[in-house]
Amino acid sequence: MTEKATMQALAALVPQGSRVLDLGCGGGAMLDYLQRERGCSGYGVEIDDANVLACVRRGVNVVQLNLEEGLAIFEDNSFDVVLQIDTLPHLRNAEIMLRETARVGRAGIVAFPNFAHWPNRLSVLRGRMPVTRRLPYQWYDTPNIRVGTFKDFEVLAHKNQLRILDAFGLQEGEVVRWLPNARAGTAVFHFERAV
Amino acid sequence: MPLLATPQFQHFSEPLALQSGAVIAGYTLAFETYGTLNAERSNAVVVCHALNASHHVAGVYAGEDKSEGWWDNMIGPGKPVDSNRFFVIGINNLGSCFGSTGPMHENPATGQVYGADFPVVTVEDWVHAQARLLDVLGIAQLAAVLGGSLGGMQALSWALQYPERVRNAVVVASAPNLTAENIAFNEVARRAIVTDPDFHGGNFYRHGVIPKRGLRIARMIGHITYLSDDVMNEKFGRSLRPPDLLAGQAPPSDDPATLLRDYHYSTQDIEFQIESYLRYQGDKFSEYFDANTYLLITRALDYFDPARAFGGNLTRALARATAKFLLVSFTTDWRFAPARSREIVKALLENRRDVSYAEIDAPHGHDAFLLDDARYLGVVGAYFDRIAKELA
Repeated sequence: MTEKATMQALAALVPQGSRVLDLGCGGGAMLDYLQRERGCSGYGVEIDDANVLACVRRGVNVVQLNLEEGLAIFEDNSFDVVLQIDTLPHLRNAEIMLRETARVGRAGIVAFPNFAHWPNRLSVLRGRMPVTRRLPYQWYDTPNIRVGTFKDFEVLAHKNQLRILDAFGLQEGEVVRWLPNARAGTAVFHFERAV
Repeated sequence: MPLLATPQFQHFSEPLALQSGAVIAGYTLAFETYGTLNAERSNAVVVCHALNASHHVAGVYAGEDKSEGWWDNMIGPGKPVDSNRFFVIGINNLGSCFGSTGPMHENPATGQVYGADFPVVTVEDWVHAQARLLDVLGIAQLAAVLGGSLGGMQALSWALQYPERVRNAVVVASAPNLTAENIAFNEVARRAIVTDPDFHGGNFYRHGVIPKRGLRIARMIGHITYLSDDVMNEKFGRSLRPPDLLAGQAPPSDDPATLLRDYHYSTQDIEFQIESYLRYQGDKFSEYFDANTYLLITRALDYFDPARAFGGNLTRALARATAKFLLVSFTTDWRFAPARSREIVKALLENRRDVSYAEIDAPHGHDAFLLDDARYLGVVGAYFDRIAKELA
């Protein structure tokens, strides 16, 4: 239920009829939703075979690529919106991919687990890496090669000349605007290129 | 109960103008169909064949157990391209040696076998000829056109030449054109054939001979390029010639001196297993494949280049295509490398077409498109499931 609410909260940022690129689209649920509910069109990019298969089954366009190899296949400004939902923590070249997102899309939406969420802080204070619903892995077997906070992303966005159109936290599918860095398990940023 | 296949033949008396400017007065196409055309005539799938294949795509011939079609793992009842839902049509290309009019047939203008006089045919010509067969079968629009390698080029060409007649195009292990290296391999194969003393300028039929030596070498070269280095090493490694050639010899020893003696120290004999395999494949091929057909088909591969008419701009070339696309490539395919499929994907993306692309991490090289790989067959199957659902 909260996953659906999260998806809806993110989808609300995508204008009706947009042309969307979903980087790390998983099984294509988000694109499927955007196509059905918001009249969008677009493509997913995915590396995992099972996810590619799930997208084809759903009838969602999917291109099997390794994001670490860049987005050369996509032209500048060729999408209205580029999504990176829970993709950033898996990328070695997260900053390059953020720039690529801003290059191929007129707007970008990034969502990722906020490491500064208070239960995580508490866990670290107790001397242990957190294991939560949003970060459900042990430190030694996590697929996330990096973790970051809501505030960290603000700094990175600024460094890369991204203009933040909207930023908020999501907790159990609810939008958190007051102290999102501490109060939300998910950080959400909607941005465009400033220059 | 295996699917039973029956070849059919359709003669066309209306001349076909070829891309080269030549005209073929009349011709016959050999084809097979599997499944049933639905009442709306909307479930037809054309399967385009690659270099050495034919219309015999799936099933077996009655009374011949080992006569499976070349894509039998892909096509048939309950298979990824399910003949319970689709009306699948395999068509033998013009100029081939498996039933359609080709160099082995009589040229009505001269009363002689065509031989070297058979006109050069292109991928576009093949597609035109196939479209005429669909007219005869009463099929205005295809649910899909599917092909691998050279067949993938035909599928792409279908989407360009008859955009309104193709709803989906499935292009496997293919490319928008051949690289210089690929043309070079084709050229070596062709030179092997035309320099065979039995070739007689392509009119070897009159001399009652076949340029088998050339065909053997052509096939050996082809075969090497269809496999990956890894698979070849795994399959053959440095193993010596097969045991039957060692008959009467003592079993292999692990004494280094004996092992060195196992060599023949000959530059002419078969020494390694891979040589034996290539010679066997070459011999087999030279028994059934026509030399002129080999020349024609490799030339069609060389010529294919839809971007040429657009100054090399593939995006502009593909603007005409309105079909939905599925592309599949294999990571170890160095003859039709994934990067070549990605060029097609990129051009389709730039035209904002519906396209999906699967890059299958398979070890088998180009041959992977004919083999069983669950991810590959799964993606193609899922894609055809979607097409079937849209029909219902």
